[in-house]
This record gives sequence, structure tokens and C-alpha cells, in this order.
Amino acid sequence: MSGPVLYGLLGAALVALGLFGLVVQAAVLRKILAFNLLGGGVFLLFGVVARRTAPAGLAADPVPQAMVITGIVVAFAATALAVAMALRMYQITAAVTVSPPPDAQAGDA
Amino acid sequence: MSAALQFLGLLLAAAGAFFFVAGSAGLIRFPDQLSRLHALTKADNLGLGLVALGLLPFAAGVFAALKLLVIWALVLLSGASAAQMVAERVRAAEPPA
Amino acid sequence: MILDWLLDGMVALLILAAALWTLAAPTPFAAVIGFVGFGLLASLAWVRLAAVDVALTEAAVGAGATGVILLQSAVRLRRGAAEVAAATPGRATTLLAGLLAGGLGLGLALAVLALPATVPGPAAEAAARSAEVGLGNLVAAVLMAYRGLDTLLESIVLVFAVLAVWAMGPDRHWGGIPGPRFARQRDGPLALLARWLPPVGIVIGIHIAWVGADAPGGKFQGGTVLAAMWVLAWGAGLVRPPSVADRRVRLVLVAGPLGFLLAGLLGAVLDGSFLAWPAALGKPLLLLVEAAMTLSVAAALALLVVGPPERRA
Repeated sequence: MSGPVLYGLLGAALVALGLFGLVVQAAVLRKILAFNLLGGGVFLLFGVVARRTAPAGLAADPVPQAMVITGIVVAFAATALAVAMALRMYQITAAVTVSPPPDAQAGDA
Repeated sequence: MSAALQFLGLLLAAAGAFFFVAGSAGLIRFPDQLSRLHALTKADNLGLGLVALGLLPFAAGVFAALKLLVIWALVLLSGASAAQMVAERVRAAEPPA
Repeated sequence: MILDWLLDGMVALLILAAALWTLAAPTPFAAVIGFVGFGLLASLAWVRLAAVDVALTEAAVGAGATGVILLQSAVRLRRGAAEVAAATPGRATTLLAGLLAGGLGLGLALAVLALPATVPGPAAEAAARSAEVGLGNLVAAVLMAYRGLDTLLESIVLVFAVLAVWAMGPDRHWGGIPGPRFARQRDGPLALLARWLPPVGIVIGIHIAWVGADAPGGKFQGGTVLAAMWVLAWGAGLVRPPSVADRRVRLVLVAGPLGFLLAGLLGAVLDGSFLAWPAALGKPLLLLVEAAMTLSVAAALALLVVGPPERRA
């Protein structure tokens, strides 16, 4: 085992934590945070692969690194959109979760 | 000469690390927000300053050394401003008895 | 060797702790603070993984820009504790989610442990392309030449994200001024910082974008610093966001993707393939596109932080 393997295991743990939070947490903002943790874990796995496919003379393969940079910027854009949607939903319905209100569950939405 | 300078640099960086540890301990242990802020700013300003000074003998050229000092100055400016802003909010939230 | 282990182990433990805090923090605000800490610690992990370009992006975009957006929303979405408690799933769902997440994590961990020590990757081909376009930083070469299509599409994603965020505003405010209004700070720490930092920050942002050709850095990291300087002046009430109908804003927003697209088409005409940087025009054309991209990234990030239109122009 070496340093990159440690970060690989950390990445796997972050994906698991993020997925768990995404399912279990009710508040939209918490779901967005959990989703970003999941993404962070996936990015770390890319970083570990970048160490594995590094050619001689390089510490890390630049191709996965470039993909992670692209991924971080796109994740930011997605987070900004998700937050804007959550705030708009709050403005219109005063709701901070995406579960249907109790009266909708009763069938008269 | 350069070996002596590098030794001095290591001493300064170690002193900086000590301030970081002390500041972090204060951040955890101190009872109220203003004293925690006090501990934190000491770590930021003095700790990082000593680490930056200590790294100067190891810098590759004048330009790299200058960058280290600019980083310190920027952290000083933004850290001090942020600490002031937090302190203002603390004061506004709980007026002194 | 032992020191390496100690450092990696501590960084990994701190990241895990920050992630757990982000999930379990008592208030949304505290959770967001935990997430910003997570991002900064993750950028340390990227340095340890010899990916300094990624570390800079994670610190600037992942922790910084994302943190600002999440903090704003945590302040606005403070109420609703009863609703959250009512919507939180019961014990059976939690157990099921735990099993699912645990199984996935375990599978990924086994896959990491089973990775072969070294495998040939596409890096050699990427390095050859980097020599062609004259970029010393291999990551920048991958972004601009080897996987140029990804970067082009990503820059278009940023434009679409801004449009989608703008579309979240109510109809009556379309064409208006986006984002909350901040009182103009006449004195105090924020006013001082917002006047002193931007001149230095703008130089540093351009520097980071410029050195990205040969050293860690680039348009995304530099553009984020530029955006941050504007957001700082906005927060201090020194500048006002332009109306979303302002043509100049829209032009800056699309300049990068449009320039990239045109350069790609030029490559198709001169060199026979889309996004092949024509050898005759070479580096000057690449620099021009990079400069336009830096401006567009800065504009898009700042506008995403500001949010949808909230009042009439």
C-alpha cells in the first residue's frame, strides 16, 4: 500500500458517505452538499488513477487531471443552478425539502 | 553561509509551526468568540509570517522569494479584515453588559 | 517515508472528518463551513497526488466559489426545521441507504486495491500534442489541444448554467438587475479590503492565467481569482451587477466559447480537422483564445455567484 492507495480508499469512503447523505438527508441544501462530497470522492479516484498511468518521468498522468479540472468547474455550475432552483422553490412554496407536503400525499394536491 | 541561513530558516519555520499549534489550541479551548478570534489571528499573522521568512533561504531566486512575501502580505490583509468583520458581528449580536 | 505516511494519513483523516461534519453538522450554515474546510483539505490531497493544477482549481472553485454560493443559500434557507424533521426518512430507509452506500464504497475500495501498479495511459500522445502547440504545462496542453473538445463543451456548459440561473428569476424581473443589493460600505474593514485587494488580485489573476502555459495555473484558476475580486467589490456595495439584458455582458460571456469554436473551425479549414491548432498561426491564436476564455470564465463564475435577476433595472 502507498500514499495514492490511501487517497483511493478515502475517495471510495467519500462516495459512500455522499450517496448515504444524498438519500437520507431531507433538506435540499444538505442534499446538494452530500452530492458535492460524492463528486469530490469521484475526483479523488481520478487522481489515484492519474498516478497509475503516469508515464516515465512524470509524477501524474495529465489527462485525468485535466478531466478533474473540467469536472470541478462543471460541478460548480451544477451547484449554482441547484442552489438557484432551491431558492426559487423556497420563494414560491416556502419549502426547504423536495418531499411532497402531507396534504399532497393524502391525494388532494 | 547558505547552510547557516537554511538552518536559521528551519528554526523560524519551526517557530511558525509552534504559533500555528498554539493558535489552533486557543481556537479549540478558549471560551468566547472574541478570544478564539484573537488566538486564530495570532496563528495567521505571526505563524504564517515566520514560516514564510523561514522558507526564504530555500526559495529559487529573488522572484520566488518575493512571491512568498506577497502571499504573507495578502493573508495579513484578508485575515485581518475578515477577523474585524467577524468581531463586528459578534459585538452587534451581544452588546457588552 | 514514515513522514510521508504521517502526512498522508493526517490529511486523509482530516478530509474524512470534514466530510462527516458536513453531513452531520447541527445547522446548514455549519455544514457549509465544513464543506469549505473539506475543499481546502482536498486541495492539500491534490498536492500530495502531484496534481498542483487540480489543487489550485479545487481551492479556487471547489472551496471558494462553491462556498460563497452555498453560504448565501444557507443564510436564506434557515427556516423549515419542522418540515425537514417530517421529511427525514425512517429507520428502514436509513438502514437500506446505509447498506447501499456501504456496498458501493466497499466495491470501490476493492477496485482501488486491485488497480495494477502501472499501466500505460494516453499521456505519451498528450505529451506529443503539447510539443506541437508549444505549451510546457502538460495539463494545459490536454485542456487546449489533446482534449480540446471537452474544454470547449465545458465553456459552453458555463454559459448555459448562467442562462439557466437567470431563468430562475420571476418573469417580471427579466432584463433586470441580478442578485441581492448590498449597502455601500463607506469605511470599516470590508470597504478597505474591497479597495485594496482588487488591484493586486487582478494582477495575480492574470499572472495565474498567463503562467498556466508552462507552470501550474491557467484560465480557470486565474478567471476565478478575477471573478472573486469583482464579487468582493460587489459585496462591499462598490459596484453594481449589470442588467441581464446588457449586451456587453452577454458578449464577454460568450467571447471565450465563440473564440474557441472559431479557432476550431479555422483548424478544420487549414489543417483538415476540427480543433487542430493550425501550425501556421500557432501560439498567438492559442493565446488569444486563452485570453478570451479567461474573461468568459471570470464573467460566468461571477454571474453564477450573483444569481438570478431580483429587481428591475
